[in-house]
Amino acid sequence: MNFDPRFSGRKFTSVGTRPIRPDGVDKVTGRARYGADFNMAGQLVGRVLRSPHAHAKIRKIDTSKAEKLPGVKAVITAADLPDLTDGDAAMYDILDNCMARTKALYDGHAVAAVAAVDARTARQALKLIVVDYEVLPHVTDVDEAMNHHAPLINDAIFTEGLEEKPVKPSNVTKRSQFGHGDVHQGFGHADFIVERSFKTEQTHQGYIEPHACVASVSSDGTADLWVCTQGHFVYRQHCAQLLGMEASKLRVTSSEIGGGFGGKTHVWAEPVALALSRKAGRPVKLVMTRDEVFRASGPTSATSIDIKIGARKDGTITAAEATLRYSCGPYAGSWAEIGAMTAFACYKLDNVKTVGYEVLVNRPKTAAYRAPSAPMAAFAVESAVDELAKEIGMDPVEFRIRNAAQEGTRSSYGPVYGPIGIGPTLEAAKSHPHMKAPLGPNQGRGMACGFWFNFGGQTCTDLNIGMDGSVSLAVGTVDVGGSRASLSLVAAEELGIAYEHVKAIVADTSSLGYNDMTDGSRGTFSSSMATISAARNAIKILRERAAQMWDIAVDDVVWEKGHAVAKGEKHGNLGKLSLKEIAAASGKTGGPIAGHSELVADGAGVSFATHICDIEVDPETGSTRVIRYTVVQDAGKAVHPTYVEGQYQGGAAQGIGWALNEEYIYGKDGRLQNPGFLDYRIPVCSDLPMIDTQILEIPNPNHPYGVRGVGETSIVPPLAAIANAVSNAAGVRMTHIPMSPPRILAAIEAERGG
Amino acid sequence: MRYIRPLSIEDAVGQLAGSAGTAAILAGGSDLLVRMKGGFVEPDLIVDIKAIAGLSEIRETADGFSIGAAVPCAVLGESAALKKAWPGVVEAAKLIGSKQVQGRCTIVGNLCNASPAADSVPALVAAGARASIVGPGGKRTIPVGSVPTGPGKTSLAKGEIIEAILLDKRAPRSGDAYLRFIPRTEMDIAVVSAGVNLTLDEHGVIKAARVALGAAAPTVLLVEEAAEALIGRTLDEAALERLAKVCFGACRPIDDKRGTIEFRRKVAGVLARRAATTAYARAGGK
Repeated sequence: MNFDPRFSGRKFTSVGTRPIRPDGVDKVTGRARYGADFNMAGQLVGRVLRSPHAHAKIRKIDTSKAEKLPGVKAVITAADLPDLTDGDAAMYDILDNCMARTKALYDGHAVAAVAAVDARTARQALKLIVVDYEVLPHVTDVDEAMNHHAPLINDAIFTEGLEEKPVKPSNVTKRSQFGHGDVHQGFGHADFIVERSFKTEQTHQGYIEPHACVASVSSDGTADLWVCTQGHFVYRQHCAQLLGMEASKLRVTSSEIGGGFGGKTHVWAEPVALALSRKAGRPVKLVMTRDEVFRASGPTSATSIDIKIGARKDGTITAAEATLRYSCGPYAGSWAEIGAMTAFACYKLDNVKTVGYEVLVNRPKTAAYRAPSAPMAAFAVESAVDELAKEIGMDPVEFRIRNAAQEGTRSSYGPVYGPIGIGPTLEAAKSHPHMKAPLGPNQGRGMACGFWFNFGGQTCTDLNIGMDGSVSLAVGTVDVGGSRASLSLVAAEELGIAYEHVKAIVADTSSLGYNDMTDGSRGTFSSSMATISAARNAIKILRERAAQMWDIAVDDVVWEKGHAVAKGEKHGNLGKLSLKEIAAASGKTGGPIAGHSELVADGAGVSFATHICDIEVDPETGSTRVIRYTVVQDAGKAVHPTYVEGQYQGGAAQGIGWALNEEYIYGKDGRLQNPGFLDYRIPVCSDLPMIDTQILEIPNPNHPYGVRGVGETSIVPPLAAIANAVSNAAGVRMTHIPMSPPRILAAIEAERGG
Repeated sequence: MRYIRPLSIEDAVGQLAGSAGTAAILAGGSDLLVRMKGGFVEPDLIVDIKAIAGLSEIRETADGFSIGAAVPCAVLGESAALKKAWPGVVEAAKLIGSKQVQGRCTIVGNLCNASPAADSVPALVAAGARASIVGPGGKRTIPVGSVPTGPGKTSLAKGEIIEAILLDKRAPRSGDAYLRFIPRTEMDIAVVSAGVNLTLDEHGVIKAARVALGAAAPTVLLVEEAAEALIGRTLDEAALERLAKVCFGACRPIDDKRGTIEFRRKVAGVLARRAATTAYARAGGK
């Protein structure tokens, strides 16, 4: 295929406009079908029995009483999901997480499941399953888990990445290191050094729609799965592998999605639902309760981070160092590694070193959460950067501008940057009116920067032109943030027709080639590239058909503004042929007209943002109020600016919740104390100001329209921006996220006390 | 499970008294239905009291106000007379849950749920409110503070229903106020709370005071010593300091997911001060 993805600097007609979202009416009227809205005749209710223990050996599970209960059609345990992972350690972990095999590794770990005729029977059946546990000592804190005396979660784990292979097993699964130069020498040249330790608590993505699916396995071994997911192709692969099916025999259809933010990139209940359906011989619907979502679907890491940054009097950073410890739940992960890569990515540094440790704890398996691992690292780094600027006596924005990475900078994680947006976002923040707005009593202003890699990946798209000239666009990237609208705009742009004539859908796994899931801010970036490519392939056919209709050479036909135009003196008397006219004649000129595209979207441009916020702190109670919040971020090219703004605001809102109140609270017994939205406090509408946004467009050279992913970067700066604002308002440096009122009040009192 | 909707209080009492197994009274359902959905309770009998004549009314009597057990909290805010007389009680009722919840929930339900963190209860206790109870043995009236006996437990006997909450007619130069601490702006549960009710003399000197704290002990606390700190004084800085200190000391809170002992003690004092300041202004002080 000879698709040229390079940026071309064209003028846009459709791209950059703000049409009404195509999925809006159905969503506000309740017609849209989410995960739990699918139903089948004869469908059973699936329920999962979960461990009440943080760490326990499973001696025996007796399901006989549950099986005898009238209305129960299937009971499964790990024995019904035999290990078919064939040495694939990551897949084995997924299998073990879906259904505990020998040990329950966290409060909420699935140990058995039932399918029954109704919810009441299913609940009763769960009570009849007898699990014989041998309770083991547990550890839930990331620092405690690194202690040599901590209970071992998996005695087959020996730390990877050490110079010498360790002789003893450990809760640390891996050490990773990034950087260049010589930090020791760099600190020697510093006039000022800030050294601090930070902690962040574990948070959940907090999507409003719980995990839900309907699985239907036929006696011939084929199966259907309707599911709320960010990536139905990946779910198909994982489920097929875990159940020993050929991928083509499992058709997965993704529902509308009520939020995912990374949490719906992993299978949890789906293999269980399929196994139940296989055993019962009937369709099974499995919907998690909110309690289950919190206890058993993936939160992000809790972290403990040490930062050391040195600078000269003139504001030049001479060295920067970070040690990052991230909790992974009970299975190996690479979360600290990502944190170690992103930590100093905003800056131009001669001497930088970051070290990450992946730490096992008795908590649910850590999952991706919007720019996973980056917000915590940014919190620690940007807090220290702010403090350093203060010590030097420089304005925090100026200090960052002085040290910002540029085109050609070697990033702290290795690659050399192309054209990037960190400098422009800082300049835009500096001249933003928010920076000069007066502050009231007990109010403080903070700002911070953030970085995210972005991802491209495998994408497959079909564009079909109907005989009436309207266009169906079938994509395989789940629409989590408005991509159907954006991709319709792109198809309209490329074909030269009106947006209203394009209808985009998310096709199921049997209708399209493989697509990576919607993660890494790749949905609109990669699928727009594939849509452009598919449209260009369709245009080639449209030109051929026009040439046929005119009986001229195809090379004399060009495509302009939705029309075939005959070029050259000899064709001067030919009028234009519209897409609609060519489509109407297609039955006689060779049949349906379509464009396909299969590609790997390389070159997702890295993304940067700068956030500014004002916080008011009540010094008597530690209560906080977000007074004003501004997001400045590079979008490359905003295809549908309203959606881009929505992504900026959404990331900021989640970051505000994380920074101020959200946290997993574990009791001494290792049980989660707050598995619900009452005590796991995401912000409600009245907690937030209108979040102001400013879109910058520094074109990505590797995309025809210059597009960069925008979904994730917006959650990277908030923890730090808010911490800096609270620290300025309260007069004391806050180092522990969330900055809940008790923590702020304790910090204020400690500062007052001495 | 059996659901009934009696038309008279006598019928409701009779059904409750004669029931075997667990029975629950349904008014707004904002606690009961949530607990049932969560699998925490599975009542054998549910007695819906909303069709009982008079229970959905606020009546202004010669003695004050009678608020029916089925009156939603939102309706309290629509009664101009009640709001004028007992603004602290109304503001407490209108902090429960969210706007939608307030359209259903009732102050009697809030009281009988017996949560130490119930919002309307400290305000009612500060106001000296009484509960009018109907049971198999007839009627009785007790102070609101005597209803909850511990988290989730009440002094009501089998078959007893609180039919109304009674509030006194307001003395001149009186004002009340309620404040709670939550980390968010709404849709939350009090970490700690304070209700203050004051009556002043012609010179702005406090002649009667009641101070109640919520989420500071297993049940609502009426802090006599806090009232003593205020009575006989105008609301000067020293009185406020003393009030905060007394409330700090009177708390018997716990460390839990919502707050620490230290935090609750400090904030109880802060809220009592602030509520007293508002109540004093409402009473026409200064």
